[in-house]
Amino acid sequence: METLSFEFPAGQPAQRRALVGCVGSGDLEVLLEPGQAGTLAIQVVTSVNGSAPRWQQLFERMFREQQLPALNIAIHDFGATPGVVRLRLEQGLEELNHG
Amino acid sequence: MADQNIQRLLAQRSFTELGARQRARALLDAGSFRELIDPFARLISPWLPKQGIVPQADDGVVVAKGLIDGQPAVIVAIEGAFQGGSLGEVGGAKIAGSLELAAEDNRNGIPTRAVLLLETGGVRLQEANLGLAAIAEIQSAIVELRQYQPVIGLVAGPVGCFGGMSIAAGLCSYLLVTREARLGLNGPQVIEQEAGLDEYDSRDRPFIWSLTGGEQRHASGLVDGYVADDVEAIRGELHSLFAQGKPETERSRRHAWFLERLRAVDTSVQADAAAVRSAYQGAQA
Amino acid sequence: MTTAQEQRGLHWFQALTGNAQPLDGLPASLRVADGELAGQAVRYLAVIADENNPFPRARNGEVGLLEGWGLAQAVDAAIEADRNSPHKRALIAIVDVPSQAYGRREEAYGIHQALAGAVDAYARARLAGHALIGLLVGKAMSGAFLAHGYQANRLIALRDSGVMVHAMGKAAAARITLRSVEELEALAAEVPPMAYDLDNYASLGLLADILDVQQVTQPTTADLSRVQEALSRALADIASAPRDLRSRLGATNRAASSQVRELLRAQW
Repeated sequence: METLSFEFPAGQPAQRRALVGCVGSGDLEVLLEPGQAGTLAIQVVTSVNGSAPRWQQLFERMFREQQLPALNIAIHDFGATPGVVRLRLEQGLEELNHG
Repeated sequence: MADQNIQRLLAQRSFTELGARQRARALLDAGSFRELIDPFARLISPWLPKQGIVPQADDGVVVAKGLIDGQPAVIVAIEGAFQGGSLGEVGGAKIAGSLELAAEDNRNGIPTRAVLLLETGGVRLQEANLGLAAIAEIQSAIVELRQYQPVIGLVAGPVGCFGGMSIAAGLCSYLLVTREARLGLNGPQVIEQEAGLDEYDSRDRPFIWSLTGGEQRHASGLVDGYVADDVEAIRGELHSLFAQGKPETERSRRHAWFLERLRAVDTSVQADAAAVRSAYQGAQA
Repeated sequence: MTTAQEQRGLHWFQALTGNAQPLDGLPASLRVADGELAGQAVRYLAVIADENNPFPRARNGEVGLLEGWGLAQAVDAAIEADRNSPHKRALIAIVDVPSQAYGRREEAYGIHQALAGAVDAYARARLAGHALIGLLVGKAMSGAFLAHGYQANRLIALRDSGVMVHAMGKAAAARITLRSVEELEALAAEVPPMAYDLDNYASLGLLADILDVQQVTQPTTADLSRVQEALSRALADIASAPRDLRSRLGATNRAASSQVRELLRAQW
């Protein structure tokens, strides 16, 4: 298990919080909460050691496409594939808009 | 037409495929769900990270207050997908603490009732003695609350209900199962480890289901209701049991009846499903 | 040899009950007798090894179908007998249970329900005002301990390496958690709730007392007096205490259990 931190530029704080997923095998839970204006801070606790570059890459690719609101995101990962991570993050962002 | 379609969709909504939080929400009256110590409270297990195991923000237990059929209720839902629904210190205290408060409500004239959604392998071995201690407290709280209001347990599947929590299930005023449910004290792997392959083959699924599956438990009177995997059916069953009120005698109080039946069992031969059904005929009387 | 095969439970039962006549009508694997302690009526209960147990997986002192329901019967009888009396006899569970019974018959006939029967009776007795003490003289394992002892107002243990509380034996726990026994032991050394020894267990705040004795398997007269004194103190203590299990809360190694309850109450 390791704990990783990431930061990305962001817009204004999100208006609400959201939770998606579960720490089941091959899955993850994502908690999204309003953050400091301008900052998207992500903390990842993952069961897979040595995975920092993969997370960095995945986040960069995702956040290049869209400007996100300022958020603190906490991820508890139990060996999810990048596809599942992406899906859960998108679900979480979707919930922020509609929750 | 559209209305009918919607109704049919609703009527077919699977319960077992829902996560713990969705299950609690689905069984409470619409709009009444309020979660206590939600995941953002971040009361995570103090013990799992020390052992290199990723925690879950709610420790795998959802406690929600709300209404059931217009009456105050608390629903405790265990998330079977997280660590097999195992109970550690935090999750266990959430269950025990909420049942204790429900009993206190009743002593103060508030008729809070409880539903337990049991999806658990029992004690979380990484928090072993704290899980076991919490389960003793959960059991105590069920017996206490049960004096005032029915405590209803539901084992929906797919994990089933095992270990100390199967004993807790046996204390409930009413216990419901689906076809997907399994209910037993010892997990198949542990029995095989302790007693050998001839006694219990943990890989023989049909055999295990024939003895501990929901249908068998219902046919032998060890549970009170066999429900479809359907949100509306389960809601309806809860409403009717709560309307019925406390049972005259809880199953766990019927030692004389069970001892009489067990003394008549021919223990020189191995048990099978038919023998149990026949021995326990009339268990629900 | 398990602590049950050493017959610790039986020997302590005999020492504590003296010549009292055991109750009949119970499974042969149970010993139950009434006595008096510090001027109070007391019922002692023990689960013992019975090599002729009709259920073959319950012959070494395990708590199985007959034992669970039998304990329920013995405890319920005390509740009924004292129903209209202001003096509820105390119940002392002598705990020396290596495990619940693991077997096909047990699962098939619903051992979980039998153990629920015992838990039910003990918990109802405590709520009805019977003082309930768990006296740990040997193993206190998992479901067996839940059914026999863990509902007590107070838990008292003898200091001995054979006195042990746990959720699962080491070999099985290693298999289920996908670890070697050595890895499990290394973790147990650092994580108090995983440990198998009494001092770590005591650090969780669940024990009211730990007693030193000379002969844990065959109590001496001095051992017996020491235990009787401790039981008497506990009875006096229980008399003025709540009937729930909250005396077990408060240890540093169990801080989250209190914190959860405080938060629940605040948000309730």
